[in-house]
Amino acid sequence: MSDADRTPDTDATPEDAHVSEDAPDHGLKGPAPEERPHPEGRRNAQGIRIDPEVEAEPEVREAVLSALVTHEPGVLARVSGLFSRRQFNIESLTVGATQNEDFARITLVVEEPEPGIEQAKKQLAKLIPVVSVRELDQDAVCRELALIKIDGEHPDQVAAVAEMYDATVVDASAESVTVEVTGTESTIDNAIDTFERFGIREITRTGSAALERGPRETAAPHSQ
Amino acid sequence: MSERATATDDPEDAEATPEPEHEATADRGGEDGVDEATDQVTTGAESVITALEKAEATAAFGVQGGAIMPVYDALYDSSQIRHVMMAHEQGAAHAADAYGVVAGEPGVALATSGPGATNLVTGIADANMDSDAMLALTGQVPSDMVGSDAFQETDTIGVTTPITKHNYFASDPDTVGDAVGEAFSLAGTGRPGPTLVDLPKDVTQGETGRDPGSPRPPETYNPQMEADEQDVKVAARAIERAEKPLLLFGGGVVKADAAETARAFAIEHGIPVVTTMPGIGSFPEDHDLCLSWAGMHGTGYANMAITHTDLLIAIGTRFDDRLTGGVETFAPEAEIIHIDIDPAEISKNVNAEYELVGDAGRVLDQLDGTIERSPDAREWREQCLQWKEEYPMDYAAPEDEPLKPQFVVEAFDAATDDDTIVTTGVGQHQMWASQYWTFSEPRTWVSSHGLGTMGYGLPSAIGARIAADQQGQEDRDVICFDGDASFLMTMQEIAVAVRENLDITVAILNNEYIGMVRQWQDAFYERRRMAAQYNWCPEFDRIAEAFGARGWRVDEYDEVAPTVEEALDYDGPSVIDFHVDPAENVYPMVPSGGANGKFALTEDQL
Repeated sequence: MSDADRTPDTDATPEDAHVSEDAPDHGLKGPAPEERPHPEGRRNAQGIRIDPEVEAEPEVREAVLSALVTHEPGVLARVSGLFSRRQFNIESLTVGATQNEDFARITLVVEEPEPGIEQAKKQLAKLIPVVSVRELDQDAVCRELALIKIDGEHPDQVAAVAEMYDATVVDASAESVTVEVTGTESTIDNAIDTFERFGIREITRTGSAALERGPRETAAPHSQ
Repeated sequence: MSERATATDDPEDAEATPEPEHEATADRGGEDGVDEATDQVTTGAESVITALEKAEATAAFGVQGGAIMPVYDALYDSSQIRHVMMAHEQGAAHAADAYGVVAGEPGVALATSGPGATNLVTGIADANMDSDAMLALTGQVPSDMVGSDAFQETDTIGVTTPITKHNYFASDPDTVGDAVGEAFSLAGTGRPGPTLVDLPKDVTQGETGRDPGSPRPPETYNPQMEADEQDVKVAARAIERAEKPLLLFGGGVVKADAAETARAFAIEHGIPVVTTMPGIGSFPEDHDLCLSWAGMHGTGYANMAITHTDLLIAIGTRFDDRLTGGVETFAPEAEIIHIDIDPAEISKNVNAEYELVGDAGRVLDQLDGTIERSPDAREWREQCLQWKEEYPMDYAAPEDEPLKPQFVVEAFDAATDDDTIVTTGVGQHQMWASQYWTFSEPRTWVSSHGLGTMGYGLPSAIGARIAADQQGQEDRDVICFDGDASFLMTMQEIAVAVRENLDITVAILNNEYIGMVRQWQDAFYERRRMAAQYNWCPEFDRIAEAFGARGWRVDEYDEVAPTVEEALDYDGPSVIDFHVDPAENVYPMVPSGGANGKFALTEDQL
């Protein structure tokens, strides 16, 4: 091999330097796609075998998941990162301490079709700091809290409405009244609708916290 | 650690006599499982090394730097761990990954904070996608500077959380060794994967009187090893009555060291086998029952079988889209038995009618013990053999055309033993290597599957070579098939191969293209070859020689065999730059999202 062969040919155009576009593409031998038998079965987007005539997509539903996690820094970031990364639809997420200082409890409300809910539970359980995960029964006790700051022009009426919703006035000044409402998501939605007439200045809401009813365990250290 | 304290009091003495320190460290590492406070004062960094030694790590790959220096200083005292100084942290991560694949135990990668850690990221993500056991140890700025945007500070935990099985921020010299031991153990337990421990400099420099305990996975981690007996029974009945059963062996079969069990199962019950790409080597490809691997560039017969099976028994696979093509048309007639140690993989992409969570080998044993009669699959086996004849992996090699890359792969295969380790970069060359090499042993195929990392080939060959050498298998050949573009991404690691005199042979299938991109441009972008071709390419044989390796350039068919022989005979790193036909394409091909059964055999079928 001479050195001349090794010198980059800077004058060459890419077309010169390469085989023409008409170079043979031999490929492989065998029956072409249309000459092969093809089955008629189909799966849907979730990978479930379906009757192509019907082809129903699963319905989205709301599920409350409770996860017992080890109480250490960064757990919340791992959980929230997981849900955004895997594109699970999440309605709310709360985290707080439990009776055992080693564990915290995360409550998640997700909206997914059935396979998505199952997958969310499995992905959650797979995180190393997650001790156990359960989907709560339909009748589980779910509560959230809202603080609503309302214009102070009609304090008596605000107090009356607050009473209707078992809400508490937690702060009052000449200009504003702040009430605390605790209840289900819909109770709080209704309370906000009702307070709207007095002029709402600011709202902050927590997500849902939830426990199973009666002696049923929500998500215990060994209930996986 | 009084000896060290004495030694460092007298720097000259420390330099002159490092030997006693070796012994002291080795003794300490030998006290297996004794978790006691000693009256010896050591550092966090020494605990890190002790933990690695207790975990029986024998090699580490890394690059020095400010924040990791205390750990390296402690590594100076270890006679057990062979450290390989890499040229770039990405190379360290791939080498550690490949070491883990070949050795069957986690590889270790070391890097400093900031750019060191971020350079590891590609390799960690690669290991994560392929479930490869690996431990990354990264330096970090001192704890009190974390969050201040200090020099070479990166939120390594934040960056690596989505791409690790789990990661740890070490906060205390007393417990840093335990964290490292736990991370090592976790990486190799259950479904393997990469773990990382971030090591702030004050933690590794800080003193401790405590030795780390025996490495063990976290208490909350208890992977299920055996499937539910009732579920096994139901699945066994499905196998007995199947008319077209098909086994799909994924990378999990290799990782669980279940290849032998899986082979016996397939042969005993007469069930044809396809593998995934990571599953290559789990079943001998020259066996009558083997249809090689399925998916985008899998064999026609594997894709025909997966399209027409009525019962797919999938083991240790995550149904990647490169395997399934469009999910709508994937194995559309089949019920699926899915065996996997990770429940989150079952019914994630493709619904499984039969879910068997557990270790691949153990669940296959359970199934084998439960099946009362093998399925009557004679006609199906004949059908599979007929497909093998209908869709042969024969390539055209006319005399008047340039050297075919497939010919080069076959020449290496013919010249080497079955235990040869093949590593690759990513692209056309990777596909040809996997299609035209006949694999027969697990842990001989080392490639980047899920992440598709160009540049994986050379550093992984280094990791594979070290793993083989550490196991006393110096006679095994390590061949890296690389593309010209893939090689360009990490070729600086040749310096490492030369420095360590590693016996590896790099075969560049050089078509002077980003070949796979060029193939897609020709098929799907009207031949508009944007950023896929260049009008000249470096001379890789000369580059190799400049690094101190041997180098050859090959253009002709009759040069192939003698050059391969010469390179294999050379006891050190060598590079052969094969100038292959730039027009050659990879077939069969299932276009993205297409039906496996409609694989194209030529471009006009796409």
